[in-house]
Amino acid sequence: MTSVTRRLLARLVAHIDGYLLLALSLLMVLGLVVLYSAAGEDIHFITRQMVNLAAALGVMWVVANIPPQHLARLGLPVYAAGLLLLLGVALFGDVSHGARRWLHIGVTRIQPSEIMKIAVPLMLAWYFDRHSAALRFRDFVIAAILLLVPVAFIAKQPDLGTALLVSAAGFYVLFLGGLSWRVMAGLAIAGAASLPLLWSMMHDYQRQRVLTLLDPTQDPLGSGYHIIQSTIAMGSGGIFGKGWLNGTQTHLEFLPEKHTDFILAVLGEEFGLLGGLILLTAYLLVIGRGLVIAANAPTLFGRLFAGSIVFTFFTYAFVNIGMVSGILPVVGVPLPLVSYGGTSAVTLLFGMGALMSIQTHRKLVQT
Amino acid sequence: MRSGTELRDNQQEIQRFRVRLALAAAFVLFAFALLAARLFYVQVMQHEHYHTLAENNRISIVPIVPNRGLILDRNGVALAHNYSAYTLEITPSKAGSLEETINGLAGIIEITPRDRRRFKKLLEESKNFETLPIRSRLTEVEVAKFAVNRYRFPGVEIKARLFRHYPHMELFSHVVGHIGRISDKDMEKLEEDELLANYRGTDHIGKQGLEQSYEKQLHGTTGFEQVETDAGGRAVRTLSHTPPVSGNTLYLSIDSKLQALAVKAFGKYRGALVAIEPKSGEILAFVSQPGFDPNLFVDGIDATSWEAYNNSPDKPLNNRALRGQYPPGSTFKPFMALAALELNKRSPSYTISDPGYYTLPGSSHHYRDWKAGGHGSVDLHKSIVISCDTYYYGLAVDMGIDAIASFMKHFGFGQKSGIDIEGELQGILPSPEWKMKRFRQKWFTGDTVSVGIGQGYNLATPLQLAVATAALANNGQLMRPRMVRSIQDSKTGQIRALAPAAVDTLPIKPENLDRVKGAMVDVTRPGGTASRAGAGAEYQIAGKTGTAQVVGMKQGQKYVESQVAERHRDHALFVAFAPADNPRIALAILVENGGHGGSTAAPIARTVMDYYLLGKLPKEAAPEEIPEEPEHD
Repeated sequence: MTSVTRRLLARLVAHIDGYLLLALSLLMVLGLVVLYSAAGEDIHFITRQMVNLAAALGVMWVVANIPPQHLARLGLPVYAAGLLLLLGVALFGDVSHGARRWLHIGVTRIQPSEIMKIAVPLMLAWYFDRHSAALRFRDFVIAAILLLVPVAFIAKQPDLGTALLVSAAGFYVLFLGGLSWRVMAGLAIAGAASLPLLWSMMHDYQRQRVLTLLDPTQDPLGSGYHIIQSTIAMGSGGIFGKGWLNGTQTHLEFLPEKHTDFILAVLGEEFGLLGGLILLTAYLLVIGRGLVIAANAPTLFGRLFAGSIVFTFFTYAFVNIGMVSGILPVVGVPLPLVSYGGTSAVTLLFGMGALMSIQTHRKLVQT
Repeated sequence: MRSGTELRDNQQEIQRFRVRLALAAAFVLFAFALLAARLFYVQVMQHEHYHTLAENNRISIVPIVPNRGLILDRNGVALAHNYSAYTLEITPSKAGSLEETINGLAGIIEITPRDRRRFKKLLEESKNFETLPIRSRLTEVEVAKFAVNRYRFPGVEIKARLFRHYPHMELFSHVVGHIGRISDKDMEKLEEDELLANYRGTDHIGKQGLEQSYEKQLHGTTGFEQVETDAGGRAVRTLSHTPPVSGNTLYLSIDSKLQALAVKAFGKYRGALVAIEPKSGEILAFVSQPGFDPNLFVDGIDATSWEAYNNSPDKPLNNRALRGQYPPGSTFKPFMALAALELNKRSPSYTISDPGYYTLPGSSHHYRDWKAGGHGSVDLHKSIVISCDTYYYGLAVDMGIDAIASFMKHFGFGQKSGIDIEGELQGILPSPEWKMKRFRQKWFTGDTVSVGIGQGYNLATPLQLAVATAALANNGQLMRPRMVRSIQDSKTGQIRALAPAAVDTLPIKPENLDRVKGAMVDVTRPGGTASRAGAGAEYQIAGKTGTAQVVGMKQGQKYVESQVAERHRDHALFVAFAPADNPRIALAILVENGGHGGSTAAPIARTVMDYYLLGKLPKEAAPEEIPEEPEHD
């Protein structure tokens, strides 16, 4: 290898965090293997998902090469644009499956709520960084408002899963930014008190999902079907699973949405508890590396944004695994980097790129 | 200075951040531990449970309906058989929107409004998990068309099914009966009998006739197939196969040619005929005219046909042989005569002088003989040959109702014969106890008088008359009548003959039997009331004519057939057995509104006997012969 190519290569990977990329690769490979089975051994499906992942990795590389201070400056415009698009969805959006989530812009259609998963923590981290000299209670109130406006729009669509993830992403910024324990306790109490109100505002299908979670057997062919079938798939997998491509639940079409939100059931059925633990470990590796990056970030923006990205990633995984294994309601959150789909992969790897950027631009800031 | 403070603030801030980060990290670990615990619980502790569930999900037990047993006549002619055809069936629980599914299907395969209505009706009656036919008898082209589009219709499938068919239509409708779709009531009964498992997948059951009474023999044993299915209920692969066992084949004692001949002999008349082999009780012909087409009932009869049958004044659905109760009239007289001899109430030489009526001592009421002016001097033999009423009025009173009732019981009157189809009525053998129970009234001697000539409260079904006649022919041994002669086991192929069963044996003095039989033989000879039936016969026929009144006659009124509306005319009866010295066939015939037994009923008997005993087919005789012989009873 000539020194030119070596330097070019070094330049290419200069802002890539090796540990993080390794952990992410482990997840993505595991995802593709399971997906191959879930998709009925359809190689085209895998090809498409590989294209999705490649695109997302491209986004990650680009983001990793943007210095954190530039990323921070994107906070306000991206947030504002996202909010406008959400307004557009509310007014002109397409309705699909009883929810208004998509917006046509020219040739393609986009899901602005997805943008908010990045825009909200970015905006809040930027805002806190700007007021880092003296963070006062007023700043937390403003941040809370900045968080709740888009969440309200998304919840209204309705898209409970995304609303949950966006509010989690925002909340992590507030929490890591030092939101006082007393306020959090007060919020928790207020939240518990407002549950009846929330219940009355929920859509029927959302209520049904909560009720079904409490007792899936009540409606075995209706809304309980997802949970019952996925639990059967996982439970029947046992410790070592039925083996790759051998899941009867999977291959006999009992599992609904098996290549998207419920892909964990396929993994559980074919690779058993062992496969599940490997998956959890892979997530822990990503989270662990992310925490290290967050802890060592030199700026408040870096710390808050990195921390939020890591915990949002955790929330993704936790909610999905909890849902498929039957301890959380079905809220439509994909299994990060394993479920089929381009949008969530791009959003997730955007966040991972930001982590890498924060990690690899440290020295530049310090000097 | 400023930078120093900032640095210290920064350090403080970083410290606080790291604490919070550590707290959140601890939460992450806790949450993942929770997930791992949940996975452990589901995949290890509950593994057995979910494993079973997954197997059940995957493997479904599909019943294989056995072929229903055939019903054949004594010569192997099929009276009920199966043919195979394709049906299009929907499982409502798996099909999603039924409206859309059916509309979609209608785009490929013709589905008539009648199909839709019938499906709707079936849907209302069914449980949700059943498959219901939307179309039957699909053509090959239709099957192919659906097969191509099958992926569009979850829960819809083509099934090759066997359909029951009754090739002889009306001819055996009251013998074979028919099957029909299993109703809720049938289900309850099956559940009670713990047969429900064997009826999984079966949707028809015997409703009438032999189809009903031999249901257990005919149904067979349901087979099972373990198939791997997907959630759409489609079979992917067969894991194991337990073949069904077809129902057993019934061989009847009925001869379908004899049956057809008998039906033809009835011509336009309504009525019933039951022919029995006296020694065994085997039914040789069992006619109730008119009949109906049992094929219409198999998949539920449509309203138009049902109304046509139900509202017809001919009552084709009524099984007259089994359930029609008629006064036996003069056919009762031979039994009365036998009773008189056996109980020593009359000697053969005892003679009365018949003035043409009978009066009870101390009464002016005239019990009229059918022949005005009477028959002159009448002994027991003559009383049967010319059917003298006056003789039997007096005899009945002399015997008393209790003696009559107890004697007649031995010939099966007033009780069910025990024939092997359901729904039989038992007629009435009047007695003081019966009258008290029925009317809460005392028995009067006047009631006894008309019992002697088979009128009054007397009622018997044609089947009972045939059974009684067979018992007389069989020298007092009453046999249980039976249509099924033998049953062929579908598995082993072995044919098991059903043994004849004696119900009652009355020891009768042979000389008394001979006297009564002898008189009955003379009934069919010149001078007897049924001489036409016996004319030119190559064997001796013992018979007795009878007439059953439809409309009662007032005192002093004369019955003139031509003046009475057709449906108010008397019913003609004839009982007979032959050859008289060694009877091989006994029968009873009822011709509704046929007038005189000798003219309408007896010739039918002759036709049936000629064929059965000699294999002789009737000449195409002139339909409306003018009778020359004594016309009445």
